[in-house]
Amino acid sequence: MGGYGDVKLLREDGKRLDGRAIDEMRPVTIEAGVLPAADGSAMVTHGLNVAVAAVYGPMEAHPRKIQRQDRAVIDVRYNMAPFSTGDRIRPGFNRRSREISKVTAESLESVVLVERYPRSKIRVEIEILAAEAGTRCAGITAASVALADAGIPMRDMIVGVASGKIEDTVVLDLDKAEDNYGQADLPVGILPNTGEIAFLQMDGDLSIDEYNLAMEYNHKAAKEIHEIMVDALKRRYERGEA
Amino acid sequence: MSKGQVGAEQRLVTPGMVIGPSSGKRAGTGTIAENNEFIATRLGWLNEQNDVISVLPINSAYMPRSGDLVIGFVAEVRNNLWFFDVNGPFQALLPMSLAPWKVEFGSTRQHLGIGDAALARIQEVDETHNMVLTMKGVGLRRLNEGAVVSIPVNLIDTVRGQNNAMLSRIRDATNCRIIVGDNGRVWIHGDATDMHVARQLIQTLNEEGHKNTFQGAVEALENERGEH
Repeated sequence: MGGYGDVKLLREDGKRLDGRAIDEMRPVTIEAGVLPAADGSAMVTHGLNVAVAAVYGPMEAHPRKIQRQDRAVIDVRYNMAPFSTGDRIRPGFNRRSREISKVTAESLESVVLVERYPRSKIRVEIEILAAEAGTRCAGITAASVALADAGIPMRDMIVGVASGKIEDTVVLDLDKAEDNYGQADLPVGILPNTGEIAFLQMDGDLSIDEYNLAMEYNHKAAKEIHEIMVDALKRRYERGEA
Repeated sequence: MSKGQVGAEQRLVTPGMVIGPSSGKRAGTGTIAENNEFIATRLGWLNEQNDVISVLPINSAYMPRSGDLVIGFVAEVRNNLWFFDVNGPFQALLPMSLAPWKVEFGSTRQHLGIGDAALARIQEVDETHNMVLTMKGVGLRRLNEGAVVSIPVNLIDTVRGQNNAMLSRIRDATNCRIIVGDNGRVWIHGDATDMHVARQLIQTLNEEGHKNTFQGAVEALENERGEH
C-alpha cells in the first residue's frame, strides 16, 4: 500500500517530520472582521495555510433561475490565489475548486437557517492565500466564522478538520508532505456543539478501526478549533469601559 | 426594544452555543429550542425579558417589516411605479397610487427620479420579501435637502435611546434635524458646521457603537457645544 515506500514520514522517536506528536494539530489562529467592505469576514491561519472568507448578503438572488421560493441559496466560491503554492496556479475555476465550492456550499446549507430568507442569496467567497494541505478545512472554518460575523442565523458553526494515515499510523492534521506521500486523508466538517458531521470526504483507504481513531482525533481537534473560533468572535466585539 | 444595559455583564453567545434548559421559558429571536435546550443561532448578547430568551444580534442585515419608517433611494422608475433601494435584500415597490402627489400615468419621473431620497413607510411585506411602500402619511416626503448616512441596523436602538431620549439629546447637541429610519439610514439636516459635527458623531457610532463608549461621546459633545 502507499507506493512511496522510501519516503520516511515518521521519525525514530515516533514524532512526525515537523516534530509534532501523532495527535497534535498545527497551530491555528483566527481573526474575525478583517475585511471592511464585506458584511462579515474572517481570516484563518492553519499551520502555513492562510484562508480569507468574506460573506455578503442576504441579497436578491441573481440570476433569477437560481432563486428558491422557500429558502435562500448559498453561493460559495473557493479560489486559490496563483501565488498560494510553489507551482503557480492558473487563475480561475478548475475542477478541484468547483468540487470544493460545491461541498462547502452544501455543508453550510445544512447549518444556516436558509428558510428564513426565501428568494435570497448568501454569497461566501473563500480565498486561499497560502496553501499547505488542508485548505478546504481552513476555508470552511473561515466561512463559518465569517457567516457568524455577518449575523446570519445558523444552527451551529462548522469546523473543518482532517486526519489521515502515514506509514500505517493514523495521524491528526496532515501537512503537505504527509498529504502527498501518505496513505489516506479524511477531511470532515464537524458541528462542534452536537458532534454532527456536515461533510466528509476520504482519499485513500482506512480500516474501520483506523477510521474510528481518525474520527476521534477529528472530534478532539474540532473542539480545540471551535474554542479559537468563539474567542475570535468575542475579541472582535469586546465591550469597552462603560 | 431596550438594550437592557443594566448592571451585570452581558453574555456574548455564538451560533450553536447552548444557552440553557428551556423549561418554563420561551424562545425569542436569535434562538431555537432543540432537545429541551435553547441554542443561539446568532452572534450577539443574551437577553431575558418576561421569560423570553432572545439574542440581540451584534451584526444583522435589515429585514423589512410592515410599519417600518425607512429612508430609501429610487433605484428604478416605471410608468406607474417606483422601485426603492431600502437597504434590504430586495427592492421595495412604491405604486403611484400610494405616492403623496396626483401622478398621471407616465409622469412618475417628474416627481421622483433615480437616486432621489424619500422618507416612506412599509405598507406590507409578504413571505417572499415582496415589499410595498407608502408615502401617504404624516411627515412622509421626498428628502430634498440634508444628507443621508448609514449606521448598522443593530445600533438604531442605541441612537434612539429609551423613548428617543438619546436622539433628542443628539438633536440638541448638534443643532440638526435628524430622522432615524428603521433600515439603518439616518437623515441629517442643518447648517454646514452642525452637519459636520453630526456626521462625526455618527462616524464614532459606526466605529465603536458595540462598546459602551457612545454615550460618553454624546456627553463630551454636549459639554463642548454647551460652552459656545
